[in-house]
Amino acid sequence: MSQETVELDSVIVRFAGDSGDGMQLVGSQFSVASAIAGNDLSTLPDYPAEIRAPAGTVYGVSGFQIQFSHGKTLTPGDHPDTLVAMNPAALKTNVSTLKAGGTIIANADAFTERNMSMVGYETNPLEDGSLEDYSLIAVKMTSLTVEAVKESGLKGKNARRCTNFFALGLICSLYGRPLDATEQFIDAKFAGKPEIQQANTLALNAGVAYAESTEALSVHYQIKPAELDPGLYRSIEGNKALAYGLVTAAEKSGLQLVLASYPITPATSILEELAALRHMGVKTLQMEDEIAGIGAALGASWAGSLGVTTTSGPGVCLKSEFIGLALIVELPLVIVDVQRGGPSTGLPTKTEQSDLMMAMYGRHGDSSIPIIAAKSPSDAFDCAIEATRIATKYMTPVFLMTDGYIANGAEPWSIPNPKDIPEIPVVQHTDPETFQPYKRDPLTLARPWAVPGTPGCEHRLGGLEKENITGDVCTEPENHALMTKLRHDKVEGIARDYPAQQIEGVADSDLLVVSWGSTYGSVSQAVEAVNHDDTDKTVAHVHLRYINPLPADLGEIIKGYKKVIVPEVNNGQFVHILRDKYLVDAQSFARVYGRPLAIDELRDEFISVLSTTKGAK
Amino acid sequence: MSTDPSALTRKDFTPNQDLRWCPGCGDYSIHSMLLSVLPTMGVPKEKIVIVSGIGCSSRFPYYVDTYGFHTIHGRAATVATGLKAANPDLNVWLITGDGDGLSIGGNHTLHLLRRNLDINVILFNNEIYGLTKGQYSPTSTKGLKTKTSPMGSIEQPMRPCAYAIGAGANFVARTTDKNPKHLKATLERAAGHSGACFIEVLQNCVIFNDGVHSEVTDKDKAANNQLVLKAGEPLCFGENNEKGIMLDGFDPKVVDVSQAGEDNLLRHDPTIEDIGYASMLSHFSLPDFPVPMGVFRQTDTVTYDSMIQQQVEVAKANRSDNSLEELYTGFSKASTWEVE
Repeated sequence: MSQETVELDSVIVRFAGDSGDGMQLVGSQFSVASAIAGNDLSTLPDYPAEIRAPAGTVYGVSGFQIQFSHGKTLTPGDHPDTLVAMNPAALKTNVSTLKAGGTIIANADAFTERNMSMVGYETNPLEDGSLEDYSLIAVKMTSLTVEAVKESGLKGKNARRCTNFFALGLICSLYGRPLDATEQFIDAKFAGKPEIQQANTLALNAGVAYAESTEALSVHYQIKPAELDPGLYRSIEGNKALAYGLVTAAEKSGLQLVLASYPITPATSILEELAALRHMGVKTLQMEDEIAGIGAALGASWAGSLGVTTTSGPGVCLKSEFIGLALIVELPLVIVDVQRGGPSTGLPTKTEQSDLMMAMYGRHGDSSIPIIAAKSPSDAFDCAIEATRIATKYMTPVFLMTDGYIANGAEPWSIPNPKDIPEIPVVQHTDPETFQPYKRDPLTLARPWAVPGTPGCEHRLGGLEKENITGDVCTEPENHALMTKLRHDKVEGIARDYPAQQIEGVADSDLLVVSWGSTYGSVSQAVEAVNHDDTDKTVAHVHLRYINPLPADLGEIIKGYKKVIVPEVNNGQFVHILRDKYLVDAQSFARVYGRPLAIDELRDEFISVLSTTKGAK
Repeated sequence: MSTDPSALTRKDFTPNQDLRWCPGCGDYSIHSMLLSVLPTMGVPKEKIVIVSGIGCSSRFPYYVDTYGFHTIHGRAATVATGLKAANPDLNVWLITGDGDGLSIGGNHTLHLLRRNLDINVILFNNEIYGLTKGQYSPTSTKGLKTKTSPMGSIEQPMRPCAYAIGAGANFVARTTDKNPKHLKATLERAAGHSGACFIEVLQNCVIFNDGVHSEVTDKDKAANNQLVLKAGEPLCFGENNEKGIMLDGFDPKVVDVSQAGEDNLLRHDPTIEDIGYASMLSHFSLPDFPVPMGVFRQTDTVTYDSMIQQQVEVAKANRSDNSLEELYTGFSKASTWEVE
């Protein structure tokens, strides 16, 4: 059969199936294959909070979206080119997001009367013409898989469970992805189970063979490698990058890493990742609750280690009293908040940026805390190092904000040379002659870190107000006013270390977009879309890593624009901080759909704001 | 460099500030006895650490000249756990009370004991909230009238030692502020035990619950109302040890020693692995039984802090792929690619 190869710049594929269908596994393997193919990429795992919801239901659908490209990719994309639908529920919930004229590859075997009626299809959408606007390819994936794995001896349910690898093989072939890494993965994962190992490999190859021999799939696609800077790359998820960043920070500061946490979605995999690194000197404590997590992390910091606790929104609520203690005893501590939809249990597996106000203000007393936010999965690596630097230099707890999108999403990571990462100088006080628990460094206002076990520096810490310099308990009004100011000034002073804020897009514009955290990809692509369209409309963009204190030059930048808009995946939080700090009439662009902001929606908003902006620049 | 512990005296731990407990408070006695024990442990001063939560007892760290941390209500066990796990070389004492350790901190105390960190927990039990001025606590007796229970508490009280034994604590003891000698000996036993120690001190709050333990601790009542536990000896009490405890089937009962015969009495053995015996003792209370004093249970089990340290050392010895370069690739080059 003749096969045609069409070159594309960028493709968005979405895998969707039942929670038990192995879609996350297929998605992540396809990501690795795309990374090895040299493409830039960004992924969005999108799964329900239930582990195995009843089969065939709409709420049990688990999805995985990936955009891979020759050019730059900053987001998993708004609208898939290709949807792989493993059952009617997956088709039903995802077809509306598909690009006009996009491709649907559906598992025809799963379109049974029962499965279709469960999701409200009265007739078979694969046959009734309702999908005629799309390019529909119905494949009997289950039966082809069962047939293909026969020689492994696997039968029935076990054979059917290999269908995800059939789908993966098919898609890999369609987009010219290499199979080596997936084959190695299968070999490693099923090392002790030769029949399953063989069956999955057979299914994978059967998918490839199907794609190569089927008339409907005669057009294959090629996406040339991205033009990345030279170096060694891998695909990395945010939680993994963050864990690697913490280990790096510990090594660069010469401190033992002690992570004390309680499992919570979507932060758990940081704890899991670090628990496997005992051989690198990492101690992980799975504590009895969120409070114990931060308590033990603070205890470890007091002992002279790098104490870290990881959590998500509900966990931060529980930790807030301890954060106040960490602020008054002025010990270094990194608090990682992998945000998810809230309030309360909310949307545990969906992304949101709605913990910002809590991080900023969610404590009693005047208790300013440094906050930094990662903008992408690989940026979580750099931010973990930066959070440690701030925590140890200024003797303070630090909030590191990421979210579910960053945590589980993946992108190519240019693996750094550890030698190029600067040391984090940490001095622990050992001289009894000069020791006073609250005698501050005149520049940073940090107090000395004298750890238990240091002869002659015995002292008491605690939550009661401290006397300046001596650290003795002191309730004098003047002292409290002074200490409140010193704690505040210390945090404000951190901004001295920041690099100048970069303006992206077209600096000389009427509209400035100010973003923070994981919206970076969507916002910068939307800004680029406006700046490169055929109108004369332009947009400037500032993205913030440092939320508290804000960069010293941000106020001046903001003043230079007629309009300021702040896109966020919350109901409008950072916009209030900016309005408060700079008395600027910043507008909010707030969306809380549990997913990243859509590029086209942002672009339309920017254009609409610019259309109402009167007068010359 | 550690300092020499052999030269330490009580004076080395005496604080530079006044103790601010109410005159007559039982805390003074506990403080005094701990200060007499700390210099004798053979541990350099700088390695001795005192952690507390919130409450009258939890002011303790301010009154001992060594490393101390007055943390937040109920959570001292968590800070102590992180501290000890990070540096197993430290000698850690945790000071708590019936409210701090059993009410708000009941969860954490349980897990510290269960995990068996090598930490000595001293729980001051005065059966009242003192620092908030007199509300009933989880150990208050049913019917106790306080500001928040004007018609009498309707709650079943906790038995701290029963709780600790149930949590899997390997060292559980009870003593009292009114018997400094016994108190000191109990603290010394705890200091010498490797693993989590739980010591309930019957402590008097002179302001809000004065005399709460007097039926047990008053000099003229102690002989009849206390059962002093001594390893290897029969469970006897009374002015002339004329009363004893024996088993009737599964049930303990108080008997006249001269009638029952000393050989038929239970003999105290704190080293029994099964918690049944210690648990039985922990449920003895007046008026049916004397209140046991001393070490209920002392068994040896490897500690959490030594195990986590050991895991790190074993893992380091077994794996050489411990560089950042190797970490970044996920310890495998299979998923990496080179861009020229």
